[in-house]
Formats: sequence, structure tokens, C-alpha cells
Amino acid sequence: MKIAGVGLLLAASLILADAAFAAPPDREQIERGRKVYDKWCFPCHGTGLGKPGTESLAARGQKPAVLAERTDLTSPMITQFVRHGVLFMPTFRKTEISDADLDAIAAYLTRNNKQ
Amino acid sequence: MKVPPGVSPADFSEALKQFEDVVGKEWVFTSDDDVDLYRDSYSPVWSEKEEPIPAAAVAPDGVEQVQAIIRIANKHNIPLWTISTGKNLGYGGSAPLLGGSVVLDLKRMNRVLEVNDKNHYALLEPGVSYFDLYRYIQDHKLKVWIDPPDPGWGSPVGNSLERGGGYTPMHDHFDAVCGMEVVLPNGEVMRTGMGALPGSETWQQYKYGFGPYVNGIFSQSSLGVVTKMGIWLFPEPEAYVSGTVMVWKRDDLIPLVNVFAELVSSGTFRGTVVLASPLWFGPPDAELDPLRISGSVKDLEEYGARKRIPFWSLPLYLYGPTEVVAAQWEHIKEKFSSISGVAFQEGPSYRFPLSGDELAKIRDTVPLGVPSLQIFSLLPPRSQGHIGFSPIIPMSGEALIEALTVFEGVHRELGAGRAVLTILSSFPRAFVIIDLFPVERDVEKNRKMREIYRRLVKEAAAHGWGEYRTHTTFMGDISNTYSFNNHALRRFHETIKDAVDPNGILSPGKCGIWPKRMRKAEA
Repeated sequence: MKIAGVGLLLAASLILADAAFAAPPDREQIERGRKVYDKWCFPCHGTGLGKPGTESLAARGQKPAVLAERTDLTSPMITQFVRHGVLFMPTFRKTEISDADLDAIAAYLTRNNKQ
Repeated sequence: MKVPPGVSPADFSEALKQFEDVVGKEWVFTSDDDVDLYRDSYSPVWSEKEEPIPAAAVAPDGVEQVQAIIRIANKHNIPLWTISTGKNLGYGGSAPLLGGSVVLDLKRMNRVLEVNDKNHYALLEPGVSYFDLYRYIQDHKLKVWIDPPDPGWGSPVGNSLERGGGYTPMHDHFDAVCGMEVVLPNGEVMRTGMGALPGSETWQQYKYGFGPYVNGIFSQSSLGVVTKMGIWLFPEPEAYVSGTVMVWKRDDLIPLVNVFAELVSSGTFRGTVVLASPLWFGPPDAELDPLRISGSVKDLEEYGARKRIPFWSLPLYLYGPTEVVAAQWEHIKEKFSSISGVAFQEGPSYRFPLSGDELAKIRDTVPLGVPSLQIFSLLPPRSQGHIGFSPIIPMSGEALIEALTVFEGVHRELGAGRAVLTILSSFPRAFVIIDLFPVERDVEKNRKMREIYRRLVKEAAAHGWGEYRTHTTFMGDISNTYSFNNHALRRFHETIKDAVDPNGILSPGKCGIWPKRMRKAEA
């Protein structure tokens, strides 16, 4: 138990350190994320007609319903939805969206968050 | 560590190590988190003991790697379950039928090998999605259309092999297949049709080659891994015209379908229709619902006449030269004019190519050859997924009325409320009814849903109607209904299976066909 407790503390401190000192994603990473987002996320979460993810979020009162316009998404939230799905959104495998691509999506979707 | 049934942990570890040697450690997935990504997001047995959780997944990047994996699987008796893009949601997604299988994930094999817009075909790897192929065609400014099914994230190779359908004149996807490359269960590579001729220049232009035509045994099949496939495409048409035929009495369906069948069989109409009954199966309506439940056709017809709601509506899409589609629409109206009271409504018409701005104004682009995910917009906002019961029904009005009545009756009898039934003409000469069931992360609701589904399968079979495709959970049920002459067809499939896959490593149980070593336990 002690070892597990130490592990949790260590993990928590690493997360805090990461939050405190992480540099904002660079432009290249955001641009890569935009491309991955356009390929994998836009058909459901984009703007325009026939985008069921956007429509579902709007129907549930989420504002803005277009993910690329949000400023309150976090990297862990995005990972949770992509890797575990939500409602009719299925999981996405690593052969579809790699961990590196997922990081890039997160960089793109959090680009306008207040630091 | 989960291991495949009948395989020792030591043998499985050795097989996984050998898989890693072939594809690299990065592309063999064994951790619980990674393997969970292969669970079926729309599973009707989610979190129940029957849910088939894979033991691992392996993702090759080329035909030689597929061969090597198959040889290793043979050596260690590892069951492999092949997926292309793994988005076959509603039919099993990326999960196997047999728990403990290793998913052979072909998503990394995602190369568009050729698109020819002079002879209108593509040669593709299985990991290419409809979105990928559409983008490739747009990027290269090629004058061909694809025929996407409703969700565009699936694979043209996988969807064709599962005998899916779309909406344009190329809507019967398996019919559009021309030439395959298949890795057989012994690891050997075979090409079908003209591909069997070394240096053939017509692999994607002539389907049959020479001798027995074998493409069919690789569809809905566990006899090989298709690593390349040719599909025929549609030359970009000049114009599109649409219109809807509306009739007002229930039994008007009989002449309506008679005329439609003639238009289909003669080639005058070549797309897929969604034949609807706004009165009988339309959206919930406070005034209409009591009439629907009462079952009084007369009351429904009177209501429809008063409110100008047709009993049946048949939307038709026409593709081709401007003058030809205009003439087709006039001819179609003339043919349906024999039905008393028939009315026609002109729909959108387009000239191609459409600009991005024009496309952005169209909600459902799928009938225009542009893949999308808009079909999910039709689900309730809190939907957790769905599966479909999809029997093939004769192309006659009498049969449709009988089938709709029977299926709705089952829903009511088992306390499932009104059925959501869609009638499609995805395949020549027959209809398919799609009865969509919601799936939820709720054991009791899913158990009830499975009870209704299985009852529908039995009722349909008793009337001579069988499903064209189903979720892995129900493959055994459907296979059991195709039982003519003491299951002669299944016994034939098993004979082939045992001959070409003696160790039973490829997709055990797919469509009710089990390899010999698992037959007694699973049949």
C-alpha cells in the first residue's frame, strides 16, 4: 500500500509539474492537430449541415457545440472521449488515431484556452 | 493475460513475440487499455459474460506481414479475426465473434493503389475508408464517383465483402467488386479473376477470369484475408434529378411496387430508394399515434387524405446526361400515373461538379457520392448505438405489407412499442427492411432487445424471409434459419472451411461457420 501511495503522490506531482511548466503547444503541433482533426473529427464535430456530433452536443445544451470553437476542453477529456467513446461516438484505435496524433488533436483543440 | 481458447499461455506468449518480430512491438496490442479499444462500442452484450473480448490485436502494414502472421497463427492455433477499418458498427465493429481471438487489424494497409477515371475503377487496400478514397479522387481531380454507404468511415473493401449497399447506380457493393488479392489460410497469396494471369492488364476490368468464379466465397467469409480489391466506380454524371411519388391508400403499395419493379428490372431506375410510409411509420405524432395503434387502415387513410399525408412515398434519384434524366423522370411519372390519385413532387436537381459552397447546403450528400456521417443525426441525441435486423423481402406490395405487419406485431407483443422500420431497395429485385434497435450500456435492456431480435428472426424465417447480414451476436441464429435439406449449405461451407483452413485460424464462427476443431463445442 505504501508503495502504491508513493506512486500516486509521484504521479500527482508530475501532473502538477506538467501543468505548471508545460510550454504551450507550438504552431507546428497545432497545425498537425488541425489536419488530424479535419480528417477524423470534422465529419461528425465540424460546422455545417449533417454533423451529428455537433448536433448532439447542441441538443444537450453544450456551447459552442463545434469542438474547434471550444476553449474549455482539456487533453485528458479529449483522450477520454477518443479512447473510450461517448454515447454513439465509438472508440478510436491506435491504428486510426495514434497517441502522437491524439496529442496533436489536443494541442489544436486547446489552442485557444486561457493559460 | 487473456489467451485464445485452447492455447497455452506459453504458446500464446511465443506467438505474440513472433508477431512483434513481424510488425514491430508498437503494432502488437496486448495491454488491457489497448485491447479495450477493440471492443464493439455498439455491443448488444456489453459487459456481459458473452461479450467477446479479444486477447490481443496485431496490425500489419503489408501483404508479406499478413502472410507471416497467418503462418505463425497456424503454428500456434491462434484464432485471428480480420477487420479492415473496424467501423462495421451495428454488425460487430472491431470485435471478434469468438472471445480470445487476436484481431488482425488491417487499418494500416490504407493505400489507394490506383484510381482510373477512363475505365472507372479503383484498386484499394482494406484500410482505405470511403472518406480516404473520396479525398484522393478530389485531390487528383478525377472524374469518378464513389458509392458510399451511410457512414463514410467504413472501408470500401470491407463493406463490399460484407455485401453492403449505397444509393447511386453502383449501390450493390459486392456486385461492383472486380478482382481480389487474398492471403489464404496457409499463408499463400492468390489473385482472383484476371489477376491470376501474371502481368494481366484487365484485373479491374473483367471479373470472371477463367474457370470457376470464386470471389463469392470470400464475402461474409472466413476463408482468406483480402489484401487488395478492385471496385468499379461511377463516371461523374452530368446531372441529377430527384422526385417523389406519393400514393394515398395502403393497398396502392401493390401497383406502386409493381411499377417500381419494372423500372428497376429494365434498368430505367438504377439507384436505391427509401420507400417510406409517413402515415404508418412516420415520426411520433400525438394525433396519428392512436390511429396507428388502433390498426384501422381506413382511419389512417382518412386522416392522410384530410392532412395530405401520403400513405406511401417513393423518392427517386436519377443520374446521367441532363436530357436523359429529364426524360427518365417524365417516363417514370407516366408509368406511375396508372395509380388512382398518385401525386408527384419535384425534388432537388443538380449539375456536376458541385462547388464546395453548393455541397455545404446539402444535408445528405451520400446519394451524391460524397461520404458523410449525417446518418447518425437521425439517432436520438442520447443514443448509445444501434444494431439492425435486416431481412430480405420480396419486391411486392403484398409481401411488404405482410412483413411490416408481422414485425410491428412482434414489437407490440413483446412490449417494445412501435417499430422503426425502413424499406430499402439496396439490391436488385428485392427489398430489405431495416429494423433498427437501440443498444445501451444496460444489461437488462439489451437482454430484452436480444429476445425481440431472436423472435423476429424466427418469425421472418417462418414466412420465408432471411437476413442479408447481421451482428456477430446473431450470426449463429441467422445461419440456423438457412437450413434447407438439413443445412446442406452450411455443411458445404464447413467442407470448404476444413479443406482450406484445417487449423481453423481465420475468423472462427463468422456467419455460423465453425472450423472442425470448434464445431462440437459451438454448434
